[in-house]
Amino acid sequence: MSRKAVVQHDIELILARQLAAHLGTPMFIVDARGALLFYNEPAERLLGRTYEENGDMPLEEWSMVFRPTREDGRVIPTEELPLVKALAQGRPAYLAPMLLTGQDKVQRRIASIAFPIVGQQDRHLGAVAVFWEV
Amino acid sequence: MPSPGPETVLYGGNTACVEVLSADGATLILDAGTGIRRLGVTLDTTGRLDILVSHLHADHILGLGFFAPLFEAGREVHVWGPRSSTMDLRSRLARYLSAPLFPVHLREIPSRLTLHDVPLGQFEIRGVQLQAGLVLHPGPTLAYRLQEAGQTLVYMPDHEPALTNGIFQKYAAWTSGMALAEGADLLIHDSQYTDEEYREHVGWGHSSIEQAIDFGQRAAVKRLMTFHHDPSHTDADLERMHSLAEKTENLNFELVAGTEGLSLEVGSGQQKNERGGSNT
Repeated sequence: MSRKAVVQHDIELILARQLAAHLGTPMFIVDARGALLFYNEPAERLLGRTYEENGDMPLEEWSMVFRPTREDGRVIPTEELPLVKALAQGRPAYLAPMLLTGQDKVQRRIASIAFPIVGQQDRHLGAVAVFWEV
Repeated sequence: MPSPGPETVLYGGNTACVEVLSADGATLILDAGTGIRRLGVTLDTTGRLDILVSHLHADHILGLGFFAPLFEAGREVHVWGPRSSTMDLRSRLARYLSAPLFPVHLREIPSRLTLHDVPLGQFEIRGVQLQAGLVLHPGPTLAYRLQEAGQTLVYMPDHEPALTNGIFQKYAAWTSGMALAEGADLLIHDSQYTDEEYREHVGWGHSSIEQAIDFGQRAAVKRLMTFHHDPSHTDADLERMHSLAEKTENLNFELVAGTEGLSLEVGSGQQKNERGGSNT
């Protein structure tokens, strides 16, 4: 049986995931299309489910699963989420405060900043969001 | 850095340079460390030369200024290197080939020199299919996969895949270099340290010989040549390291000690050392 060729992530994303795995700051990493690649343990505590349980998710899915609202309860449009803005505009984006109801049904008030991952040779590879309770 | 001397006469003390001869007679040279100086005087071709540089650390370009064909008027030489978003290849090479580091400026070199940014992904040079990818090492660093007539050679002279190990080690997609190295008939891989030495040099961009073997096993290569020996390692040190490495449990490929002058046929078990003798 022939071996299926490895499709390997860019080393910048590999390093971003390694860094996130070692930090105590909640981090959420997506690829250039916005698909979820990884979120770390501190993020799991805020999102209410482990990354292993959720796995990779396309943007359309995770933006519905983790659907933050403004403090008045209105849903924040996908295009206004910091991660999506960072991807679209190629620069950091910040939003606070938001209400996030995790998959554990716990609602938390959070802030988030996201920045695009621009690799060597100006390749736009994805984005990282850092978020925290406020 | 180069480490010539009585302690390194067996394995050699020059820095990285590998000559690749294609079936159609094309000469591709991987890296321009000090080993390229001797290559320049022993080449038996007067045709076009292509030098593919993995990265611009000094030990990989130091030999350029002493590579005789570069100074032959009209000689066609192509140098390929990793692209930078801040400075073109000519400007980066000129940092070395210019005052005060070198008496001859890059622009004065008499050969017909063409510089190329290596495209990431697949490309071809004179019938040899190549694939280049960035790998884990400080600064933009390429590894090359060369394919011809169903044989695959992969060159990863400076590489620290261990930085992508840990909890993600089981995922090939998350391991630097894995896609390029996969299934290679011959993988030439960074094997600078012992495991103990590596613990003192985490993040320096190199691998232990044990890590190189682990990487080769995970990539299912058929042969692995150890490369980029530490300049402080003597022939006796390398003998010891290789002897131990060959005892690796479940080692399922041939381990070849990178040796100056060694000639290998990719895809066959044949090798010979120009210093005398052959190993089959």
